[in-house]
Amino acid sequence: MDPYLVLSQKDGRPMYLQIMEQIKSLVAQGEWHAGEKVPSIRELAVASKVSVITVKRAYQELEREGVLLTQPGVGSFVAKNDELGDQIMKQEIDKHLSKAWAQAKSFGLSLDELMARLKILATNNKGVKDE
Amino acid sequence: MSDFAFQMHQVAKQYPHFQLQNIDLQLPNGGIMGLIGPNGAGKSTLIRILMGLIAADKGTTEVLGHNMPNHQALAKVNIGFVSEDMRLYKNATLQWHMDFIQRIYPEQWNQKYAVSLLSKFDLISEQKIKGMSHGQRVKSSILLMLARQPKLLIFDEPTTGLDPVARKEVLNEMMVVLNDEDRSILFSSHNTQDVEQLSDQITFIDRGEIVSSDDKESFIENWRRIRLHADSPLTISVDQHVKEVINQGRNTTLIMHQFNESMLRQWTQQGAVVKGVEYMSLEEIFVAEVEAKRSGVAA
Repeated sequence: MDPYLVLSQKDGRPMYLQIMEQIKSLVAQGEWHAGEKVPSIRELAVASKVSVITVKRAYQELEREGVLLTQPGVGSFVAKNDELGDQIMKQEIDKHLSKAWAQAKSFGLSLDELMARLKILATNNKGVKDE
Repeated sequence: MSDFAFQMHQVAKQYPHFQLQNIDLQLPNGGIMGLIGPNGAGKSTLIRILMGLIAADKGTTEVLGHNMPNHQALAKVNIGFVSEDMRLYKNATLQWHMDFIQRIYPEQWNQKYAVSLLSKFDLISEQKIKGMSHGQRVKSSILLMLARQPKLLIFDEPTTGLDPVARKEVLNEMMVVLNDEDRSILFSSHNTQDVEQLSDQITFIDRGEIVSSDDKESFIENWRRIRLHADSPLTISVDQHVKEVINQGRNTTLIMHQFNESMLRQWTQQGAVVKGVEYMSLEEIFVAEVEAKRSGVAA
């Protein structure tokens, strides 16, 4: 397991949120498997060139969300839950869709109109690729 | 062995035109602390007291379990220090310096590590110091310090004057040190970005006093910039949470400490629309903390 994450200082969000997001997508994409041991906090910090406390914070939040499990003195593991990748993916998609729906409402678009827009985008490859 | 790389209690030092006072500071083993302060804030004085180079007038300082400056000889074996104005012998080569340090610290010196640092830092050991660029000299000093594997590493402005590539090489190597849980780093810097990325703990210092010292995540979490929009002027005054109010016509920007969402209600009830709740950079937080302290409002 390569413990290397790529973090951006220009991202604007706290670094621990970036770490959480990247770990979640590693789990969702199946790079980090359920039940598998993950790098120690210190290993990940050194490899990603961020402070130990930042990684610690990310791990704590991921534990709270049920993505990671930590056994004191042993290490941290990806939660043993085969649905996990699926759950994370759904959460991520929902986050974007809620944002889109809120934006649509503020422009006075109905749900049907938003769905229609999404359909057009989905059938038009270019639009989807460029997000 | 103590659990702390260093501990300072109520340390004070008086100079004719400057005083360092009420310094309470500690760094747990394995931690990395960034020290941020304007020029003349007292960073170097604080570091010199830690190094045992000067004695404080008051208070106690313990470094790696040894009382300073009384037992500085014992502590110094395991303290490494690099500052920007470190003097190396101009007419000698880097190799000569490496041999020299190896003779002083035969037990601690790690030749294999020293050689690997030569290539990581892109240095040539046969080169004389006088032929080196500023960046190469700084990297040479850092190599000489790292290779004897001290337990507490103190860097005074390690990245000042370095180009972006050299800066990255140095910062990377600082993180590698922390692979070992028993080694700790204190570094001062003007570059808040470096400090923000690497530090576990951050200490702001201004006018000879500690403004605040906390773990980095708490600093970032505690401060927000709020952007409000209202058709009629808002009446918001500075208080315990609102540290600064900037009015620009219908737009109001607030700098807030220990913010929580429920605080927004008081303004939305006045008809304001919340345009944004943003995290602040460490640099902005530093300025806000210093201003709050200087104006006498406890942050």
